[in-house]
Amino acid sequence: MRADSMSGTSLLYNLRFRAILYQVLAVGSIVLLGLYLFSNVSQKLAEQNIATGFDYLSREAGFVISQTMIDYKPTDTYARAILAGIVNTVWVSAWSVVLASILGLVVGIARLSSNPLLSLLAFLYVEALRNVPLLLYLFLWYALIVTGLPAVREAWEVLPHVFVSNSGLTVPSLIWTRAHTVIFAALVLGGVLAVAVHRRMTAERIRTGKARTTWPWVAFALLIPPVLAFLILQPEFTVSLPEKGRFRLTGGSQLTPEFTALLVGLALSASAGIAEIVRSGILSVRKGQWEASRALGLRDGLTMRLVVLPQALRVIIPPLTSSYLSLFKNSSLAIAIGYPDLVMVSNTTMNQTGQAIEGIAIFMLVYLGLSIAISLFMNWYNSRVALKER
Amino acid sequence: MTTATDIAEAQLKMPVRRDPGVERRLLHRTLKPLIGTPVNAVITLVCLWVMWLGLKGAYGWLVTRAVTEGGAQACKVGQGACWPYYEAKLRFMIFGVYPYDEHWRVALAMALFLGAIAISMIPRFWSGKLLVLWAFIIVATGVLISGGVFGLSYVPTTQWSGLPLSFLLSAVGLALGFPLGVVLALARSSKLPAIRVIAIVFIEVIRGVPLISILFMASVMLPLFMPSGVTVDKLLRAQIAIIIFAAAYIAEAVRGGLQAIPRGQHEAASAMGLHYWQSMRFVVLPQALKVAIPPLVNISIGFFQDTTLVTIIGLLDFLSTVRTAMTDPNWVGIAVLEGYVFAAVVFLVFSYGMGAYSRFLERRMRLGYD
Repeated sequence: MRADSMSGTSLLYNLRFRAILYQVLAVGSIVLLGLYLFSNVSQKLAEQNIATGFDYLSREAGFVISQTMIDYKPTDTYARAILAGIVNTVWVSAWSVVLASILGLVVGIARLSSNPLLSLLAFLYVEALRNVPLLLYLFLWYALIVTGLPAVREAWEVLPHVFVSNSGLTVPSLIWTRAHTVIFAALVLGGVLAVAVHRRMTAERIRTGKARTTWPWVAFALLIPPVLAFLILQPEFTVSLPEKGRFRLTGGSQLTPEFTALLVGLALSASAGIAEIVRSGILSVRKGQWEASRALGLRDGLTMRLVVLPQALRVIIPPLTSSYLSLFKNSSLAIAIGYPDLVMVSNTTMNQTGQAIEGIAIFMLVYLGLSIAISLFMNWYNSRVALKER
Repeated sequence: MTTATDIAEAQLKMPVRRDPGVERRLLHRTLKPLIGTPVNAVITLVCLWVMWLGLKGAYGWLVTRAVTEGGAQACKVGQGACWPYYEAKLRFMIFGVYPYDEHWRVALAMALFLGAIAISMIPRFWSGKLLVLWAFIIVATGVLISGGVFGLSYVPTTQWSGLPLSFLLSAVGLALGFPLGVVLALARSSKLPAIRVIAIVFIEVIRGVPLISILFMASVMLPLFMPSGVTVDKLLRAQIAIIIFAAAYIAEAVRGGLQAIPRGQHEAASAMGLHYWQSMRFVVLPQALKVAIPPLVNISIGFFQDTTLVTIIGLLDFLSTVRTAMTDPNWVGIAVLEGYVFAAVVFLVFSYGMGAYSRFLERRMRLGYD
């Protein structure tokens, strides 16, 4: 009896046994909770006669999506509609990331300017954007576009052939043909070649110690493929210019108010965060680095590019990653102003089919997958710029 | 011990040599960054021009062009801010659909809440007594808002709205998300693989998806997960989503704090004979949480703003009541800018205040007062 209780206690005080016990308890309770919820769900679904499974994806969607980057018509399937939503989400996020990065860099540097007025303006910009919810700004931009701008008939021509009206921004557009795609691909190829040539020549210079002018070769590598493609294909560059008709604008391509408001809202709010990140990154590089590189005879631009930025990037990249990720996730606010992104399309789908669980599961998985993809890419980039310690 | 303040004081006590050129040099120092080089002079001029435009626009809208008298018709014609709109709609924008005659109850509750926040922000009052204060505040605000006792009429949660609702959602979300977040952070840095994996999956899934998707889940899916006959209040569902969301982000901030504590602290605690919970409770967490305070305050600012998303699942938070006020048939399409400007100013004041507080805490910590 006594020995039994002794061994019982000592088992309870055995660290390995306790470790296993805790883990079994944790996993067990989660499994039990899952089973309980699952049984509730299946009972409820049976009661309310809701179908389960992903069969609905291949049925006809039957609703209109106001703007799509891929071909979509209401007779297409739900799967196609959701794909169109995903493409819309990625499209608006990608453009916002580009805009936000440029704006953020400019404002971040302006914030560090020795000119107190400029730095004050940058400070006001950052604080005004950071301390007011993004959703409020989205509503505000949207309301300003729709109610503040003139109707199409009285559209403002802000630049020649660029019109602003309450149905969005109309800009000239190039009529895109297959030949243009080929030339664009050739340009990308040229870019890759140029980077390769630059690396090769830098390595050569480091090995031999002889300075040679690299830029003509790099430019050569960059331009040869697209120029060749252009000469072979001889495409027509037809620009569709928007013209003001009696009642509407014809030609050109149009950015809808929803897209414009979302793009501006996302880009501005993210740019405030990026500005702060850039500022703290540059501040993290000590003054001695500037002085040392000046002492070596480097000009200011070169100092920035070769000495300060590489060190600042190490500090900048990790928080920049999370601000890109939150921009991407914030694009889901599109539903509030009616831009047909993934969430909005899924929401319509859920309302039509009644299959909420599947709908939410799909868009959560897509967001999760894309978030993980972005953070993997940024982590890879970060490991490239990180301090190489031996 | 020499601290930065000591040095500053010593410098102040140093004799100041009077120099006739000092004023001229001061003028030179102030003007140099403004007009020192041609580029700088151009930048200064452009900045002044931008500021002039901004100030002129704001002053014109708020004062010279503003409509101060009359009703909706006067505002429709006018080009500036519509003050009669604020007069007519201010209470609705703040308190929403909460019964009009009972507004004093929410106002009092908000005053108590903000007062308690203000007291909690002062480091001198950081002690166990604060918990007692907060217990009192929670009971008092609960009774005031919900009613049903002491002769106060009962107000159902469907009528809780406006700014008090925004405060409620973010405060409860953070208050309950905090303990959950600390547990998650401890679990994530645990040596037990199963527990660590559970915590990692939970935190990363929540952080990898937008808040909207979790709110949708709570409002659409949660009722399906409940046993038959059990219904969960809509407000409570949104609140649960916000708590879970807050917990995942708080967990990461706390984990950052935990990582900042050197291993020696853990080892010393073990050497003293403390077991895991004791060493966490008395040695590691007090230090880790202190390091995590500035990021936690930043998270709080973000959450106060993120509660606006409940608009999308149909709760009447502050942004939502401001927008509802605009759709009043008498005012529709007239006071759009007025409403948003008001909401933006309210958010700006609270968020900027909290941000300034966070910077104060950081400075205090750097100077080593704690």
